[in-house]
Amino acid sequence: MRAVVTVVGKDKTGIIAKVATFLASREVNILDISQTIMDEYFTMIMMVDLGRATTGLAELSKECRELGERIGMSIHVQHEDIFNAMHGV
Amino acid sequence: MFNYKEVLETINMVEKEHLDIRTVTMGISLLPCIRATAEETARCVYDTVCSRAENIVKVTGDLSEEYGIPIVNKRVSVTPAALICAPFAKKSALIGKALDNAAKTLGIDFLGGYSALVHKGMADYERMFIESIPEVLASTERLCSSVNVGSSKSGINMDAVRLMGEIIKKTAKLTASRDGFGCAKLVVFCNAVEDNPFMAGAFHGVGESGTVINVGVSGPGVVQHAIESIPEADLSELAEMIKRTAFKITRAGQLIAREAANRLNAEFGIVDLSLAPTPARGDSVAQILEEMGLECVGTHGTTACLAMLNDAVKKGGVMASSRVGGLSGAFIPVSEDIGMIEAAENGMLCVDKLEAMTAVCSVGLDMIAVPGDTPASTISAIIADEAAIGMINNKTTAVRLIPAPGKGVGDQVNFGGLLGRAPVMPVHEKSAEKFIRRGGLIPAPIHSNKN
Repeated sequence: MRAVVTVVGKDKTGIIAKVATFLASREVNILDISQTIMDEYFTMIMMVDLGRATTGLAELSKECRELGERIGMSIHVQHEDIFNAMHGV
Repeated sequence: MFNYKEVLETINMVEKEHLDIRTVTMGISLLPCIRATAEETARCVYDTVCSRAENIVKVTGDLSEEYGIPIVNKRVSVTPAALICAPFAKKSALIGKALDNAAKTLGIDFLGGYSALVHKGMADYERMFIESIPEVLASTERLCSSVNVGSSKSGINMDAVRLMGEIIKKTAKLTASRDGFGCAKLVVFCNAVEDNPFMAGAFHGVGESGTVINVGVSGPGVVQHAIESIPEADLSELAEMIKRTAFKITRAGQLIAREAANRLNAEFGIVDLSLAPTPARGDSVAQILEEMGLECVGTHGTTACLAMLNDAVKKGGVMASSRVGGLSGAFIPVSEDIGMIEAAENGMLCVDKLEAMTAVCSVGLDMIAVPGDTPASTISAIIADEAAIGMINNKTTAVRLIPAPGKGVGDQVNFGGLLGRAPVMPVHEKSAEKFIRRGGLIPAPIHSNKN
C-alpha cells in the first residue's frame, strides 16, 4: 500500500533527515521525494510504500503527526487513494 | 507522483476550510426483529443494532487517520420503528428505549428511525406510535424521530399534519427545561427519502437491504473558498467552480463510503453531498450566499443564489459518484449556521423568506425557534405550507421547529455543539385553526399521475 507524506512548515536544517530517519525506523520505504520552498515555507511531498512497514497506516499517521509537533512542522500521512479520488476524473 | 497543487489543495480543504465527512451512517433493517411481545422485540432490536454496528466507531476512526479527513459523526439509522411496533403500539416506548441504549453502548451521538410513514393514511397503531413520540424524546438522549406526512404521489395527510402540530408542542413542553430540545430531534417530512444519512431525519427505508453504509459529506467552507478565489467571475463561471468543488468533495466521500462498507461488512448505499453548515465561522451556507454577492442572507436575491448553489452542488455530486442519494444539496438550518443566526438576530431573515428558500434548497424549515405560545394549529399550518412546496415541486421538504417554552421574539435558545443557538423568530399571528381542523387529505397534484 502506498501513502503520501506531506511536510509543511518554516524552513530549517535537518527536516528531511528527521522525517526519513523516522520512516526508516518503521520500515517505510520512500519511493519518491519532491521538495521546494513555497512562500518561504518548506514543502515536501513523499510517496512511500508501506508493504513492509512495522506499523499500520492509521498508527503511522498518528506517529508522524506527533513527530511533526516535536520538530515544529505539520506532517500528514494519507492513503494515496484520497488524491486519486479527488483529483482524477 | 502528484503535483503540489493537488496535494496541498486537499490538505488546505481539511485544515483551513472545514472539509469533513459529516457522517458515516449505518442503516440497519429491524424487520427481522419483530417478535410476539414488545419486551422480546426490544431485546432483539438492541442486540441487532449493537452487533451490526459494533465496529462503526473504531473503523471510522481508522479511516479518518488513514485518509487524513475528519469523520465528524458516526450514526445509525433503522427501519421506521412504527412498523416494528405495530403489534404492540402502546408499548412503542420500550423500543425507543432499547434503541437509545444501543446508541449509548456503541458510543454514537444520534440514532435515527423512531419514525412513522403516514403520508396517505394513519392506522390506529401508527397514531398510537406517534402519540408516544414526545415522551420518548423527553426520556431518551440520542434517539431521533421523524414522521412523513405527505408525498407528491399520495398528497398530504392533513390529519397527520394536525396531529404533528400538537406533538411538537407537547415535545417542547416535556423538554422545557432544555429550551424544548426534544423538538431538535423531531422532523416532519414531505417526500422523505429512505437513504438519508443526516440527522435528525435519517431512517432506513423498507426498500433498502439489510445493512447499508450511507455517507454524508459536507464542505460549505470549501465552496466558499472556491468562490472567493474568483471574485470577478460571472454566474456561469461561478456555477462551474461550485460544480468542480462539489465533485472533489463527493469523491472523497465515496472513497470513505466504499471502504467503510467493506470493513463493516455492509453494502455501500449512497453518498449524500450536502452543504451542511455548523455554527463555526467559515462553515456556513449563508456566508456562501453572501460571497456570491448578497450584503446579507435573507435579502432579495437570496432565493436565486441558493437555487444556483443547490443545483451546482447536485451536478458536481452526480458526476463524481455513481450512487448519489439522500438529500444532496444545501441545508439551511438557522441555529446551525453562523450567518443565518446573525441575519435572524438582526431581523434580516424572516420565516417567510426561509420558506421561499426551501422551495429551491435541499430540505426545509430547519432548526427554527418560534415563540413558545405559538398555537399547535399555527405549527401545523407551517408544516402544511412546507409539505405543499415539497409535494408540488417533487422534492423533499422538512420542518424542524422549536416552539421555545416560555420564550418570545427577542429571546434565544441555545442547544450547544453542532445544534447551535437560535433567536426566537416571529410567526404570523392570524389563525389557521379552521383550516387545520378540517383534516382529510390534500389530493396529490395532477402531475403525479404519470403512469
